[in-house]
Amino acid sequence: MTPPIPTIVIGGYLGAGKTTLVNHLLRTAAGRRIAVLVNDFGDLAIDADLILGAEGGLVSLAGGCVCCTIGDDLIGVLETLLARQPRPDLLLIETSGVGLPGAVAQTAGLLADLCLEGIVVLLDAETIQTASADRYLGDTVLRQMAQADLLLLNKTDLLEEADLARVRAWLSGLALPAPIIETDHTQLPGDLVFGPVTSPKASQHHAHAETLFKTGVFHPDGPLDLDKLGRDLSNPRSGILRAKGVLTDLAGVRRGVQLAGRRWRLSEPSNSPDALVWIARAGAVDWPWPRWKP
Amino acid sequence: MQPFTLFRTRRIYTLNPANPIATHVAVRDGRILGAGPLEDLAGWGPHKIDDQFADKVLIPGLIEGHSHLTAGAVWRFVYCGVFDVRGPDGAVVPGRRGIEAVISALSERAAATTEDQAIGGWGFDPIYFGAARMSRHDLDQVSMARPVGILHASNHIANVNSAALAKAGLMRLGLDHPGIPLGDDGFPTGELKGPEAMMMALRQVGLQKAFVTGDAPTLKAFGQLAVVAGVTTATDLGGTLRDQDIDVLLAETGAEDFPVRLVAPLRAMEMPPRQMIDRALQLKTRSTEQLRLGAIKMVADGSIQGFSARMRWPGYFNGAPNGLWYTPPTTLAETYALALAAGVQVHTHTNGDEATDLALDCMEDALKRHTGPDHRFILQHCQLADAAQFRRIKALGMGVNLFANHHFYWGEQHRAMTVGPERAERMNACRTALDNGVPLAIHSDAPITPLNPLFTAWAAVTRTTAAGRTLGDHERITVAEALHAVTLGAAWTLKLDGEIGSIETGKKADFCVLEDDPFEIAPEALKDLRIWGTVQGGRIFPA
Repeated sequence: MTPPIPTIVIGGYLGAGKTTLVNHLLRTAAGRRIAVLVNDFGDLAIDADLILGAEGGLVSLAGGCVCCTIGDDLIGVLETLLARQPRPDLLLIETSGVGLPGAVAQTAGLLADLCLEGIVVLLDAETIQTASADRYLGDTVLRQMAQADLLLLNKTDLLEEADLARVRAWLSGLALPAPIIETDHTQLPGDLVFGPVTSPKASQHHAHAETLFKTGVFHPDGPLDLDKLGRDLSNPRSGILRAKGVLTDLAGVRRGVQLAGRRWRLSEPSNSPDALVWIARAGAVDWPWPRWKP
Repeated sequence: MQPFTLFRTRRIYTLNPANPIATHVAVRDGRILGAGPLEDLAGWGPHKIDDQFADKVLIPGLIEGHSHLTAGAVWRFVYCGVFDVRGPDGAVVPGRRGIEAVISALSERAAATTEDQAIGGWGFDPIYFGAARMSRHDLDQVSMARPVGILHASNHIANVNSAALAKAGLMRLGLDHPGIPLGDDGFPTGELKGPEAMMMALRQVGLQKAFVTGDAPTLKAFGQLAVVAGVTTATDLGGTLRDQDIDVLLAETGAEDFPVRLVAPLRAMEMPPRQMIDRALQLKTRSTEQLRLGAIKMVADGSIQGFSARMRWPGYFNGAPNGLWYTPPTTLAETYALALAAGVQVHTHTNGDEATDLALDCMEDALKRHTGPDHRFILQHCQLADAAQFRRIKALGMGVNLFANHHFYWGEQHRAMTVGPERAERMNACRTALDNGVPLAIHSDAPITPLNPLFTAWAAVTRTTAAGRTLGDHERITVAEALHAVTLGAAWTLKLDGEIGSIETGKKADFCVLEDDPFEIAPEALKDLRIWGTVQGGRIFPA
């Protein structure tokens, strides 16, 4: 049986930077065959220089990536994409500005060939607080935020420090379950979406990003309580934002471990050696590995 | 010059206030020379008297201002609804008054078709069966091997059997989706709620075709349904209208014997507003006599019975969370402004009152930025609008097309669950609309409820629920007002009131031919008026 395709849902209201992020991910795909579902083919949905051609509602992109619109029938489009050979390595679903990413994720979860890696929701630092108080939009953007596994507070470079501090304070008062990462629209952290590559040296952080994040590899010296580990690392206080690897559980079974913000899951055993590659916020990382020992 | 045709009738209700009742109507080249007494009309020159309607009553051809071509597509599947309906052939299909009856109708189809075919049904409405819920085991009685599935009347829920679930990859443990309830065994019960949950399994049944517009058999069935209902102009309110769809629509509606004028606004919500409007303008150039293109359809929110409509405070009666925007509010605002500037008419689906507020705010904002004389932006459904909103609708020059059939089909559910007793009484407030001078049409949203404007008129006149309750007595309108709403009123919402909607000089020869006189029967009998057929563009179509 072929392993399920990791799927990432990207949500957020209009102007939050979803399209910019998708284009950035396509540019830094580094050999990954990415299939992108976008909500519309607006004038600027996909950068023109990435597009190779269009056929049967599908746009083929540089590097073996493809893109198509969701239209009325998300399931139908997903089935079309999954039937393609070679299969995509990664699926990105960009929701509509008023879409609830949690609902889209649940729908994608109906297909046995997909596994949800995480829900990334982008916020426009300049407008999010106003949008959240908007009579028509407020509850929708708050629901989008509450459904995120990782929140990217985007366009922070456009704010004065005092304004940014106000937004931070407001966000912290919301006590959202997902970790919040500040970004600006020119330097989006692709690895946070893709997940760290197995060798941290190969990771392609921007110089800017390196000051915000650090990466590393965790090599345990024996079996661990993986449920406890998952719960601890998915707690935003852990500082861990993304992790991927293989570990051995207390029953001695080797399991794939995936973590994206507050979401984590165990998967089928893999052949690679025991190790967990991680990305964390710069600064102290709480790494309480003795807690996970038998 | 060829002699024109002079129809002698029992009576004609023209809806022309200057000449409300006539005995004869003169028709040349598919258009009306005039209505009146024989001696007046004879002045037009050589004519031949046609007596075939001598004992019939004529009213203007009925206009269905909000329907979907899929009303023609569903008839290739088994009807599973609880009420008797007329099919495209005019024959009455009996209602299925229990799960047993539904199973037996599906089993009949199974017996009459080959083993390689799936069995699909539509129109199922278990709310009339008390607490009984259908499960996959019920439908397994129809077939264990062949996929079996039925759509509920709301089109928001479906039931499928085990084979359909298995083929869709859903017969497994560990599913986690709000639209897929699980049984005690951990497997899906077979009830699927919402388009995403439904579509995976309905595809196995072939029922996704029930959502596809515009193949030739669908159009033919739709045309027949129109004739049976006395309809001469109908809408496909919101097709995606790709080039290949337009080719089929042009070919079919252009056929010599196609009996209905089709108005087809574009629904292209995946396009940015500017592109959508350009597309609508481009489509307008392909309009013909029988196919009218150029308007657009926007969808602001979901449905009230699906709890996806956007509601103002205090929200849903049963406490369900507020519904969803189907279009970002800022996109709706931008679309209104651009469409108004470009002279493109916009029909906007709003169900909840918050969605209606948004549409009104967008309209007000657009009108401040652009002049849009006679824009005719129409709110479609607009079910929960209150009196203050109707006053704004009037002030902004908009019109409404209210979903009058809802009271009959779902009024009891609205009262008990969705909006509660008080707001259920004001839903689809036809009286308030007219009292405030708002141009009014009423509709069926076929296939959600049957294409039958006389039934819709009856629903607006009586506001009777399926349980026999009068829901909102003060919002009832008269028979004359209701007939206006399904003729001239609907024509106004389609910008066709200069061409159709009344029987007077210069308009299309579009008639609904009745056996009974709508003003000689009790208003409660309006839905039972016998329809002989139609005349459309001067061509005669017996039902």
